[in-house]
Amino acid sequence: MIGTLLKRDLARLFPFAGSGAALPLVFFLAVAMLYPFAVGPDAGLLGRTGGGVVWIAALLAAILPLDGLVARDIEYGVFDQLKLRGMTEEASMAIRLVAHWLGFGPPLVLATFPVAALLGLDGPTLHLLLLGLLAGTPGLAAIGLMIASLTASLRAGAALSGLLLIPLALPILIFGAGALARMDQASLGFVAAISLLLVASAPFAAGAAIRASRET
Amino acid sequence: MQTRISANDLACRRGDRVLFRGLNLALEAGDALHVTGANGSGKTTLIRALAGLLTPFAGHVQSACAIGLLDERISLDPDLPLGKALEFWERIDGCDDPSEAYQTLGLKALLDIPVRYLSTGQRKRAGLASLVNRHAPIWLLDEPLSGLDAGAIEQVTTLVENHCESGGIALIASHQALSVYGLKTLAIDDYVPQLKHEDAP
Repeated sequence: MIGTLLKRDLARLFPFAGSGAALPLVFFLAVAMLYPFAVGPDAGLLGRTGGGVVWIAALLAAILPLDGLVARDIEYGVFDQLKLRGMTEEASMAIRLVAHWLGFGPPLVLATFPVAALLGLDGPTLHLLLLGLLAGTPGLAAIGLMIASLTASLRAGAALSGLLLIPLALPILIFGAGALARMDQASLGFVAAISLLLVASAPFAAGAAIRASRET
Repeated sequence: MQTRISANDLACRRGDRVLFRGLNLALEAGDALHVTGANGSGKTTLIRALAGLLTPFAGHVQSACAIGLLDERISLDPDLPLGKALEFWERIDGCDDPSEAYQTLGLKALLDIPVRYLSTGQRKRAGLASLVNRHAPIWLLDEPLSGLDAGAIEQVTTLVENHCESGGIALIASHQALSVYGLKTLAIDDYVPQLKHEDAP
């Protein structure tokens, strides 16, 4: 049952599988492509600031898949049917979290290679960037899932989720991009810790939100 | 496991308003119950409370076996072809041979069509097929006849009769008259709290 649900969720959330699932990836690449046009082809400047831009692009790309991540399945009663089959909201949200991260984390990490080439980032920066994104994207996915399920029953949910994600994702951004400024892996430990905490609590928060949405 | 569902002194509310209270029901294997009531009287709420999806305001619900729910939302992915969308639930329910239900409900020709292109009645029939293939002993049906043509209504009646004959329970909330054999009726309006004189302004 868990495998079947994970397969279904992945089929919708993996890039180029469902409609619009490739959007975050394309957005991420587009920001990285536009940045050199905006600040000019100064290799030194791009190398110094490029890492931070990649982080901002990743954070904004995390907002895109939130629309419809949970709301659609609430509307169609999928979680009700799963509950009748003995799957708790927490379990189905944990599965959704895994599928959401797989559909957006690893593709962004892979896309960081061409982006690093476009921005002329050096080896050590790319190394820190990849480690940081690997540690940070699960946290971004967890925040996204919580926000998506809390705003699912609101009319302007999609617009609101973008605004809500930005402040909540700040710690990940500060420590993740901070590692690049100091060229030091130490603060990535903080990123991983924040992600771990968020990933551990997200299924419970999102599950409670799904249950609450039934009462309205 | 005994097929049985019962509700004791059940009360449900929506917002600040108590929809019904003091509702008792007990259904055993083979029972079919038709829940009637005006719009907004709480038929859907009763079904959702019986399914365990809503916490009742008072009283409690007991059931010992799997529940199949059919309401106005059919839980099928609108972008997928009908066959694929139904297959997801069949995998979860462990149903190996879904084709008999497709045949009965006339879905064979629709399996390649994306769910979003289906009409209201066709969607309802797809939801019914999913319910039949779930093989749950308790059926909770919320307006199962809305949008169906005369032929399909007859098929649903037969499906419900067969289900009850083979030891299942069916609880049907509907405005339309039902001609199911041995059908009992529960009028939810009998349990709507009446405003007492001293409460009136």
